[in-house]
Amino acid sequence: MKLYELSIQEAHRLLRKKEISSQDLTRAILDRINTVDEAVGAYITVGSETAMAQAETADKSISEGRLTPLTGIPIALKDLICTKGLRTTCGSKILENFIPPYDASVVKKLKKDGAVIVGKLNMDEFAMGSSTEHSGFKLTHNPWDLTRIPGGSSGGSAAAVASDMCIGSLGSDTGGSIRQPASHCGVVGLKPTYGRVSRFGLVAFASSLDQIGPLTKDVTDCALLMNSISGYDPADSTSVPEHVPDYTSFLENGLKGMVVGIPREYSTTQGIDPDVSDAVERAVKKIEALGAEPVEISLPHTEYGVAAYYVIAPSEASSNLARYDGVKYGYRDKDNNSLLEMYKSTRSKGFGPEVQRRIILGTYSLSAGYYDAYYGKASQVRTLIVRDFNKAFETCDVILAPVAPTPAFKLGAMTDDPLTMYLSDIFTLSANLAGIPGISVPCGFSSEGLPIGLQIMARHFEEGKLFKVAYNFEQATGFHKKKPHL
Amino acid sequence: MEYEPVIGLEVHSQLKTKTKIFCTCSTSFGAAPNTHTCPVCLGMPGVLPVLNKKVVDYTLRMAVATHCEINRESRFARKNYFYPDLPKGYQISQYELPIAQNGWLEIELNGRKKRIGITRIHMEEDAGKLTHDPDRPLSMVDFNRTGVPLMEIVSEPDIRSPEEAGAYLRQLRSIVRYLGISDGNMEEGSFRCDANVSIRPKGSGPFGTRTELKNLNSFKHVEKAISFEIHRQKEILEDGGQVIQETRLWDPDKNRSTSMRGKEEAHDYRYFPDPDLLPLVIDDHWIDSIKTAIPELPDKKKKRFMDEYALPSYNAELLTSSRELADYFEACVEAFPNPKQVSNWVMGSLLGLLNAQGMSIDASPISPENLSQLLKLIDQKIISGKIAKTVFEEMAHTGRPPKEIVAKKGLVQVTDESSIRSAVLTVLHRCSKEVDDYKNGKTKLFGFFVGQVMKETQGKANPKIVNKILKNLLGE
Ligand SMILES: [Zn+2]
Repeated sequence: MKLYELSIQEAHRLLRKKEISSQDLTRAILDRINTVDEAVGAYITVGSETAMAQAETADKSISEGRLTPLTGIPIALKDLICTKGLRTTCGSKILENFIPPYDASVVKKLKKDGAVIVGKLNMDEFAMGSSTEHSGFKLTHNPWDLTRIPGGSSGGSAAAVASDMCIGSLGSDTGGSIRQPASHCGVVGLKPTYGRVSRFGLVAFASSLDQIGPLTKDVTDCALLMNSISGYDPADSTSVPEHVPDYTSFLENGLKGMVVGIPREYSTTQGIDPDVSDAVERAVKKIEALGAEPVEISLPHTEYGVAAYYVIAPSEASSNLARYDGVKYGYRDKDNNSLLEMYKSTRSKGFGPEVQRRIILGTYSLSAGYYDAYYGKASQVRTLIVRDFNKAFETCDVILAPVAPTPAFKLGAMTDDPLTMYLSDIFTLSANLAGIPGISVPCGFSSEGLPIGLQIMARHFEEGKLFKVAYNFEQATGFHKKKPHL
Repeated sequence: MEYEPVIGLEVHSQLKTKTKIFCTCSTSFGAAPNTHTCPVCLGMPGVLPVLNKKVVDYTLRMAVATHCEINRESRFARKNYFYPDLPKGYQISQYELPIAQNGWLEIELNGRKKRIGITRIHMEEDAGKLTHDPDRPLSMVDFNRTGVPLMEIVSEPDIRSPEEAGAYLRQLRSIVRYLGISDGNMEEGSFRCDANVSIRPKGSGPFGTRTELKNLNSFKHVEKAISFEIHRQKEILEDGGQVIQETRLWDPDKNRSTSMRGKEEAHDYRYFPDPDLLPLVIDDHWIDSIKTAIPELPDKKKKRFMDEYALPSYNAELLTSSRELADYFEACVEAFPNPKQVSNWVMGSLLGLLNAQGMSIDASPISPENLSQLLKLIDQKIISGKIAKTVFEEMAHTGRPPKEIVAKKGLVQVTDESSIRSAVLTVLHRCSKEVDDYKNGKTKLFGFFVGQVMKETQGKANPKIVNKILKNLLGE
């Protein structure tokens, strides 16, 4: 038995029976990182010493009979979730040496539950990208084919789970940044309802869209991580004081009575790879066979979502990223003679081209005379998309859709074509604009052997339904059991 | 041509909550630099603001006191600009939907009352403080003030003279102090004012081009700067020129303003709703709880002082200029129900004493109980008015009750006619030359004899009785 291959649930069972220790498990993960991360490139920072110390604490607490499903489990975090005393770069040179004096609320929760924080994972700089190629530090390779991207922006989080360099991870999703890399790397990834998980300590990209969520080896693990990180946080005014159910209670067999909506518009979207549409179609049939009833629904404003998203997200980002000015922390360019020059050179050298592109886009959209035409209009589109979903959910429980139009593309293939990259978010960003939850669950492989994900979306705070459908599908198919060869 | 100024004021009043508007750091003033800070007010990555409800309470008090409409749903917005004292690169303020709007307050100038409209009131956070090393190319920033709550009150352009501007500001300050929501101290910067000034041909017609005046650090300078600006604009127009829209900085040392930036250089703040804060919803219950907590405000109190205590307008206005002073006055009147007398002593001796020592009424060494006791002693003729001045000074020094001082120093007024008579006889005997002069027609010497008798009795003799006996013995 290879310890690093365990799921959270399996590892927990062994820990509870004291057949393994958290220190064994953590050491196995650290060894695995040493062996394969040179090829994959998922980690920006590995906190070996702190991880081993946390594992020791976990073992002590297990020996005293105190354990939660996460006690002693090695978890890794996307590098925009602040960790006290552990460098948090957001994938950017501008925060290369930033060590937060505080833990994000989700980190506090994980630590309270006894999880071991292994390290920080690569990402597109400030979560802006769909391939992790915009990291300020390095490329992450898809474990299924090292010449391909892992997806993004939580590419490190997906690749680390897929290559067993952590038992589970957290990422963040602003327009698909959890679901798309999960799909590309063949793991489970959930974007929770906006307000379900505290954003305190999540370095902001677009505050009204960002949400932290788990990336895991299977649906059960995803539910276990959600149990830990969900819930109202007084430090985040946008988190919602809504009851958090035990998400594992939804992991039961049978989909009888469940109505699944199939959006008419998604099948006619241009540029979908036939392997993706085949896999999704087969998945829909499978779910039908499991007892669910399919209905056709309509999300008529989908095509405007991309435009609205690429106004709202950069607008918020242009403001959120203003604090990186070289004055207080992070990178400051020394080679200048005035305040204005310091701002300009610090931000020109500290931010990569994609981040600068979006700051310029957002600054322009919010400018006097353009605000109404861009930000104002985009907000109206957002309202229409919310209405689309409300109407659709009158006739169905969950919506099934592709995650990304294609499987993982080759590294460098889209570098000069940001617009095509933006358009590839079409199936995922609607959920962010509407604030609803969405999960990506493995649903097959392309002719080239690349993983493909199925997206399931539900009403606000109905993550339970996602788990139910995803769990039944996973149990009936077993795509999650296949591992990449490294 | 005769011109008429059109003036609007924007006032920033620091709210005296214990903690900052979006974090739990202390707002207290004067701590070592950057000690009242946390990741939130330092704008570190990933932190989020949480609204201090007390700030809303305080602002609602002001909104109710100035007859504003309260928006049941208001929004916070980000005002984006780069400056080293602004850690997030944006200030959280309110823009399109402020908490309150369309109110008014009443001012009185030379006996004439006038309403000044209030356009809007909103909440925002203060910025930090930059200091520059004079010897090295080095600037330092202190973030203690970052996130201290501010209330901005924007007036309608209803003000027509520098004096009205002064009266409006004083009224505003008096209200915030009455409400207990701000110190209202211009010199210390807890109460700041910018003025928008334009002029137009007297009567009516469209407004002229306005300029914005900044750095008005005292009531005196607000009026001076506006006068200067009116005069400056008049001269431009009379010379056939045009006023340009600009921001001007007042120099209090040179008593003049200079252009700071023109319209073209005006910032584009790229306001948009702050996605980190939910819309602020205010229900009836909240407003009702504020209304019941509002104290009697200065204009009402002044009117009541005039009606109830028969005080002249001037006295009533001065005595109600602060809640503490008004409370002091009323405590005295309760113990000694002669409002006229109390008003004279409070406005004369007491305020004279406090002003000379730079003390506020709260810190007065003479309590209302002791002052009214002193007035009773005079009223009951136990001491003379002259002795009372001495006793008052002793009270100011020691804070002791007047009865105790009078007893200890033997200052009780002598009203016994026989002992006064013997003192008068002593004086007349000693001053036989002056008595002769008096009898030869130098009647002005009467006052001299009174003075000598008072001296003889160490000021304790009742002056009326002294007069009577003197007149008697000098043979009238
Ligand atoms: Zn603070």
